[in-house]
Amino acid sequence: MEAIHPHGRTALVDGVSLTLHAGEVLALVGASGSGKSMTCAACLDVLPPGTRRVAGSVAIDGNVRTAFELRGRQVASILQNPRTAFNPVRSMREHVGESLRAIGRRGADARAEVTQAMRDAGLDDPERVLGLFPFEMSGGMLQRMMIALALVSRAPFIFADEPTTDLDLIVQREILDLLDRLKGERGLGILLVTHDMGVVARLADRVAVMEHGRIIETGGVMEIFHAPQHAVTRSLVAAHLSLYGLEDVA
Amino acid sequence: MSLLSARNVSRAYGRMSMLGRTRAHRVLDGASLDIATGETVALLGRSGCGKSTLARLLVGLDQPDTGEVLYEGRPLAHLSKTQWMELRRTVQMVFQDSVGAVDPRGTIGSVIAEPLRNLCGLSVSEIRPRVAELLSAVGLGPDVAHRHPHQMSGGQLQRVCIARALAPQPRLIILDEAVSNLDLHLQIQMLELFADLRRARGVSYLFVTHDLRLVERFCSRVLVMDAGRIVEDTPVSSALVLSSPAGRALQEAILPALPPSPARPTSLKMATPIEAR
Repeated sequence: MEAIHPHGRTALVDGVSLTLHAGEVLALVGASGSGKSMTCAACLDVLPPGTRRVAGSVAIDGNVRTAFELRGRQVASILQNPRTAFNPVRSMREHVGESLRAIGRRGADARAEVTQAMRDAGLDDPERVLGLFPFEMSGGMLQRMMIALALVSRAPFIFADEPTTDLDLIVQREILDLLDRLKGERGLGILLVTHDMGVVARLADRVAVMEHGRIIETGGVMEIFHAPQHAVTRSLVAAHLSLYGLEDVA
Repeated sequence: MSLLSARNVSRAYGRMSMLGRTRAHRVLDGASLDIATGETVALLGRSGCGKSTLARLLVGLDQPDTGEVLYEGRPLAHLSKTQWMELRRTVQMVFQDSVGAVDPRGTIGSVIAEPLRNLCGLSVSEIRPRVAELLSAVGLGPDVAHRHPHQMSGGQLQRVCIARALAPQPRLIILDEAVSNLDLHLQIQMLELFADLRRARGVSYLFVTHDLRLVERFCSRVLVMDAGRIVEDTPVSSALVLSSPAGRALQEAILPALPPSPARPTSLKMATPIEAR
């Protein structure tokens, strides 16, 4: 994909290929501006104005799918800032209705599934929460609601773009535990975009490292932390460990 | 004397509903703090504990219901117009939500020029080189001055907000989760920039965060907040140990440094004890 501007075009994501398996968390890491979020947006064709996808395809089990087929059906998204992801003048019930309409589901069993998904996402009193508006909910509750909506979509894959960056440490731990549990229980394949190697250490099975729009290293989480190959990966891990006073360990 | 202090401030927010005004929710409940010149204080707490409200009161964006905020010993409520202007210039704030903190229709250059024009009275010809200088301080090129906020990544825009806060050469910068959206290299780079300014010009910082990992690196004192009160005030030592229940809960939620090791260890180095810093 590339950015179009008055002086010409710049490639922002350049020939990135990734494979995400069901039941695993693949972390996409890299410096800000390295193209992590753009890679996700290009997959789903939700690129911001002034950018466009010029090449590439997404296949599920070998079958090429359009972005329209993927979005909300095969791939659900969890965004960084839950407060801006919800419509401020609509209740949770209306958000659920919109999500169900988008995938053409209705009826009592769909509603029962919503209640179950909300419980699975750690919202213990679904009926009360459905009546709430975004401003009546904390960031952690909204993020749980976004995860519940992702579950309701029954999409087998989730793109989670910095899902816990705006949450406090304690809620962050709860949300990461939740994603880990859902990965196991529902066999979800999660593409986790993050800049926090602590989140990677907690949740990821495999890691892909990006720089300047390219993937420069992919490996299992243990290899990435203990035997990083590329200089960028090494400095990423070293900077992370320095936060813990572990500079000399890696 | 403290540069900025809060004395027993309380603040409640009323909530409006279809049935009218409901019972007020008390966000701050008699909180007090002092920030001295050149001091870096961490304000730590869970979301919803009142950190951001306290920060807003400290810069005069909002007034406490009871208690007072003092700037160099003078209550904000009794500041003259010139003193207000001085407060506006010398105390700067960087918010967490960078997108909401800039004018989406302005260019990056105009965002940073605003305090230079309004608070420092610089002329048009003086502003341009100063903007370039500020952008370079936060690791951005002078060419981004012509861009609009939507053409910037979240991390770039946050650095623009930091540049804007540095613009009027403040004496105190309140960082409300201001670096938590940045990647680690940039976080460390920004903290080093702040530390340089502290050494060179005695700038003070109030570092509002929930990420304890950065606190030990950057701050000299930690305040832990819970339910609208300051529940702990501890100097940062080499091994920071918080004793209040709220502080302990935050400390226990720190993410692991390394992935959980498999049953059979793969690396001997992992077993090395933490080296002294």
